[in-house]
Amino acid sequence: MAEIVKRNKALSVNPLKASQPTGGSLACLGFDRAIPMLHGSQGCTAFAKVFFVRHFREPIPLQTTAMDQASSVLGADENVIEGIKAIAEKSNPALIAVLTTGLAETQGCDVHRNVREFRERYPEYAHVAVVAVNTPDFTGCVETGYAATIYEIVKALVPDAASAGTKPGNRQRQVNCLVSPMLTPGDLEALRDLIEQFNLRPVLVPDLSDSLDGSLTDDDFSPVTIGGTPVSELATLGEARASLIIGASLRKSGELLQEKTGVPSHYFDHLYGLQANDALITTLADISEMPVPQKIERQRAQLQDAMLDTHFMLGQLRVAIAADPDQLNALIHLVQGMGAEVVTAICAGNTPVLATAPVDSIKIGDLEDLEVMAKERKAQLLIGNSHAVASAERLGIPILRIGFPLYDIIGGYQKTWIGYRGTRQTLFDLANLVINFAHEEIEPYYSPYAQKPESERQACSPSCH
Amino acid sequence: MKSTKDIAELLDEPACEHNKKEKSGCAKPKPGSAAGGCAFDGAQIALLPIADVAHIVHGPIACAGSSWDNRGTRSSGSELYRIGMTTDLTEQDVVMGRSEKRLFHAIKQAIETYNPPAVFIYNTCVPALVGDDINATCKSAAERWGVPVVPIDCAGFYGTKNLGNRIAGDAMVNHVIGTRDPDPLPPGTERPGIKVHDVNLVGEYNIAGEFWHVLPLLDEMGLRVLCTLSGDARFREVQTMHKAEVNMMVCSKAMVNVARKLQQSYGTPWFEGSFYGITDTSQALRDFARVINDPDLIERTEAIIAREENRIREALAPWRERLKGKRVLLFTGGVKSWSVISALQDLGMVVVATGTKKSTEEDKARIRELMGEETLMIEDGSPKALLKVVADYKADILIAGGRNMYTALKARIPFLDINQEREFGYEGYQGMLELVRQLALTLESPVWEAVRATPPWRTGGLKKSTATEIQAEPLSAQAA
Repeated sequence: MAEIVKRNKALSVNPLKASQPTGGSLACLGFDRAIPMLHGSQGCTAFAKVFFVRHFREPIPLQTTAMDQASSVLGADENVIEGIKAIAEKSNPALIAVLTTGLAETQGCDVHRNVREFRERYPEYAHVAVVAVNTPDFTGCVETGYAATIYEIVKALVPDAASAGTKPGNRQRQVNCLVSPMLTPGDLEALRDLIEQFNLRPVLVPDLSDSLDGSLTDDDFSPVTIGGTPVSELATLGEARASLIIGASLRKSGELLQEKTGVPSHYFDHLYGLQANDALITTLADISEMPVPQKIERQRAQLQDAMLDTHFMLGQLRVAIAADPDQLNALIHLVQGMGAEVVTAICAGNTPVLATAPVDSIKIGDLEDLEVMAKERKAQLLIGNSHAVASAERLGIPILRIGFPLYDIIGGYQKTWIGYRGTRQTLFDLANLVINFAHEEIEPYYSPYAQKPESERQACSPSCH
Repeated sequence: MKSTKDIAELLDEPACEHNKKEKSGCAKPKPGSAAGGCAFDGAQIALLPIADVAHIVHGPIACAGSSWDNRGTRSSGSELYRIGMTTDLTEQDVVMGRSEKRLFHAIKQAIETYNPPAVFIYNTCVPALVGDDINATCKSAAERWGVPVVPIDCAGFYGTKNLGNRIAGDAMVNHVIGTRDPDPLPPGTERPGIKVHDVNLVGEYNIAGEFWHVLPLLDEMGLRVLCTLSGDARFREVQTMHKAEVNMMVCSKAMVNVARKLQQSYGTPWFEGSFYGITDTSQALRDFARVINDPDLIERTEAIIAREENRIREALAPWRERLKGKRVLLFTGGVKSWSVISALQDLGMVVVATGTKKSTEEDKARIRELMGEETLMIEDGSPKALLKVVADYKADILIAGGRNMYTALKARIPFLDINQEREFGYEGYQGMLELVRQLALTLESPVWEAVRATPPWRTGGLKKSTATEIQAEPLSAQAA
């Protein structure tokens, strides 16, 4: 439904977009004892690392192939092979994701071949899973890099039913969940909780709620992730009862998973709002063959009540949103479902789901576009990441912080947005911003005939006379 | 792209003590076990604080996307440096060879939208590799739009952050410094009997505004700071740097090539100093007066130092009591290792060990001078090694760069961030008050006890007693 307006200026100002290798790293960080290695110059890794450290306030394992002048020109195959070896030797990880950057791709690398060569040369590290992914930063955004990485991980590490002898439903209570980067660690905890209420066992792929949820462990230090989806768990995905694919960006991965394992995939573009969660709960009830638990019914009723309470504030509210595709689509559905009007929708990248969003147009652009359009269309509230805070300040309107990166608040990564409960809280937060900051008041009128005290009469502007 | 020869020339820095060994600046990074930024990172850090310039990153999104508006440096006026600008190259630009053209139009757009006094172009890996001629593009854009456009050729793969600092300094020397003479002194600033001297600071980034603790003192001394490269600087200030009587290299060797080249071309003497700690701040002020060699200035400077030292020592007295004897592991690069040591010793703290990975032999000699021959110098900065030193030497706190913050916190060790990302200013006499406040804040925090304690149900004693109480209750109830 939405028209996609592509970029039409030479300079990108106040970028909304972060790079594909960043997204790929995020996906990898959701696996246990994993470490991403960016194939590029050292700075590629240093910037991605700072990006995540500021967002999660956690140490982030991330390595680099450290391309220099010579290897950039003459070839960097050895950097990849020796880089994998160095990590395998030093840190004994379960998974290494080799993610390419624009530099490596421009130079013409073939990381898949490099990984095969590594296998041949160093058979002693056969137990370390290594997945290569093409994630150049001259295309896509965080979400596409993340999706590409999940796709490659499913492709490389989930065994075919035929060869591995897995059978869908062997594990009667297991439900696989491929989850979009729009789900925070807090969201993942909520999702796990919902699924467990149906007496099912969720396997989240990846599971950032176990690796980057900000918990203090007994270990002082680890060079690889602590927590996340165990790589060994990937071999069990073929035995599950069903797979839930959360986020439109992961549709391809979901299709591949079903193709490889025969486990049926159920698709959800997002989990914001009443309808989206109704679809999830119905599916869970079907899979588990259980009635919907009272507790969830109650939460649904609470959300309905919150919708009634907040529709006064959110109805006709002119909203501007900037986000990655899955999240933008979700937010548009959520706020328009409350009667608000999305007057500006800016997206970091272009993916098929955007065309289905219920708005007239979506601009692939930056935060300058957001600011210009939001001003033109008199937006009253902004939804975006921490970078957009400066835009909101210049526009003089409140902002709801969401997405990547969130560096000017503590605990943004832990906020829960999904489910009936998460949605309810989001509606409260939006409504409170409106009540406190975006409420449009009538300007006082000062009558020249009024008998107000002397001190107040100065407030009367000269035009009164 | 810079040739290997260009890079070798930049690495060969006669004013740097590292220069004696191989001309690599730092050891070649090893794939799979490297840390730290790239040349682009270093160049951007060095110049981004020039506040009124339009800083355009020429490359695909990774270079600017995760790094814009990401520093604690502050401006007293223009905020243009906080607007992230990038050509955000697409696959088509790269494949079809359209990136130069995009850059040209990007410069136009930046000038038309933001009307900056100058545009800086940071070249990155991908355009360097495909062979964009950014020098030519900048030159023709400058001619076309009538605004200086400065090429900073700093592709990440050229080398380390340190090299990037030098590339940045080089670009300023070659393209900006010397293009304008300083303004006459503003009317009304004259003070009878006081001659105003022009000076520069190189490598001062005004993190969290900390230089504003020092600048009033320089003003009082009658030193006009033509430019700080680059904290709170403006383009028109950088242009005039050649006219200073003396340059101070602040706390870092990173842009030492600027000081050396200004000496070479304009004969400006330079000295190295730091504004961290009472001792070093006083020393820096003294050095200004000494090099300028104006007897009246020397006398007035001593008076200012005496007044300020007295004032701050009095203010610090209660804090010294609280911090005295606390043991510190200091892990930070190069010059900062000795300049911070003296700040901590001023407070009566004990520095048990210090990192010297980036320090020169001269730095190390100064450390020995300050801490004694026995002092432990740490080369290995891996989290594991640091934690071991903390344990072995019973350090109460780790003071290091932000990168090591979680090394400390996850090991439940108090931490103070000393690097450029920090949010607090420690420079000058006044900055010491902030430093002690932050030190005490973490050292004396009640959270350490809470996070180190095991849960009551896991410690034997409490578990048993709670269990027996619960058991005992129904029994006694029965008995009753």
